[in-house]
Amino acid sequence: MQVEHTEFRPKIVAFCCNWCSYAGADLAGSSRLAYPADVKIIRVPCSCRVNPMFILRAFQRGADGVILCGCHPGDCHYTTGNYYARRRMTLLFSMLDYLGVEDGRTRVEWVSAAEGVKFSATMNEFVAKIHELGENVRLEDLRCKN
Amino acid sequence: MQELITRAKELLADGTVSRVLGWKKGDLGWDPEPAYFEKEEDLEGFVYNPFCGANLSKYLIAAGKLEGRTLVFLKPCDTYSFNQLVKEHRVKKEKTYIIGVGCRGTLDPEKVRAAGMKGIEDAAVDGETLKVATLYGEKEMPLKDALLDRCLVCKGKTHVAYDELIGTQAGEEAGPGELAGDRFAEVERLEALPPKERFAFWQGQLSKCIRCNACRNACPACSCLKCVFDSSQFDSSQKANADTFEEQMFHIIRAYHVAGRCTDCGECSRVCPQGIPLHLLNRKFIKDINTFYGEYQAGADTESRAPLTDFTFEDVEPGIVSKRGGGR
Ligand code: SF4
Ligand code: SF4
Repeated sequence: MQVEHTEFRPKIVAFCCNWCSYAGADLAGSSRLAYPADVKIIRVPCSCRVNPMFILRAFQRGADGVILCGCHPGDCHYTTGNYYARRRMTLLFSMLDYLGVEDGRTRVEWVSAAEGVKFSATMNEFVAKIHELGENVRLEDLRCKN
Repeated sequence: MQELITRAKELLADGTVSRVLGWKKGDLGWDPEPAYFEKEEDLEGFVYNPFCGANLSKYLIAAGKLEGRTLVFLKPCDTYSFNQLVKEHRVKKEKTYIIGVGCRGTLDPEKVRAAGMKGIEDAAVDGETLKVATLYGEKEMPLKDALLDRCLVCKGKTHVAYDELIGTQAGEEAGPGELAGDRFAEVERLEALPPKERFAFWQGQLSKCIRCNACRNACPACSCLKCVFDSSQFDSSQKANADTFEEQMFHIIRAYHVAGRCTDCGECSRVCPQGIPLHLLNRKFIKDINTFYGEYQAGADTESRAPLTDFTFEDVEPGIVSKRGGGR
């Protein structure tokens, strides 16, 4: 029997730093705050561990949206990591926009370990935005599609 | 040109330098190529004319590993690349001897040919006129119609690093044939297009890429010995691109790797056999860096911190991209 997939289920990759945002996601979970299952979290030691290529790679492998979450500026566990990440991502997002990739597909949000509510609200908002934008076709690798 | 040869011979003879890095006549008159000269007699083959577009600073990485000093001829904009290489510890000042040469802009052979010149052998600038020596006699055309696009938005005629100058003076101003345009004008035009059209524009351009890697190899900022693109694990390995993602991947990463280090020397666009306007990607980064983090010219000095290895507490948030009107 063949199952028909008609509804669009976005694939969302969320890079979360170990110290704040991942703990924030945990708190969202233990507080029973809902966020869509379309969000797949990848834990990274620090937001600045995210090489711009990771973001491109996520899109290549079929992500429809990529969000990076880290500690609030000033709260980085490694003191300054998120400041570097902030510059890098600003330039990367601007370049993607310049190449004509819809700019709503990428986002950076600072989420602390105490902000479970913010985490779930951000994810709900982001997923809704990706729903609106639809499937990612401008930054994809056809060989990675099934 | 004779002056350059004479001086190079002197420096070789008195042992100040062990070799000379310059340009020699190529297979065709409009295509001089970078060359080493080790003996005084070799220098007879030396040329310097407006077709000598090649930026020689990158060769100094390899030359620095040889015995003795290398004499190198650098045009004003090439010295920015030199400074950038010094800053990144790729080249040592003590191992080089720079003669800064005057430059009235370098030529785009395509434009010269398009003006109907055949059998090009040599060229010289006379005021605002370009005199081209061809097999069929001497021809003339306006200089500004023959210059490479990068030279139409020249950074200026000041050498930012040199040991001596020949054919130019410190602080010389650019002539009227240069500096005709605003280097960000084309970037702004693209930014104002709707995303769909921007995407179509870049798809049209980038799909021409044959992954010859000339842009990477010519770029003085691209100086890693082991390049990410050479890895067999990389999704955009050494071959022509199979789909839009590979094209974008290669070009975004190439431009990103030189972001904040690109001096806007224009070599990448000059060497691209497919005529892809790679400088428009680099300039986008330069423009963003200038607006977000303050004016920055890579290679203007050898000490300042590069924008991507620096930060301030007040930096803009990445969300600025959409607020500024991205997604138009
Ligand atoms: S990216 Fe292009 S313009 Fe920039 S330094 Fe390299 S070759 Fe020159
Ligand atoms: S020089 Fe041009 S064709 Fe060659 S790899 Fe670079 S962009 Fe592609």
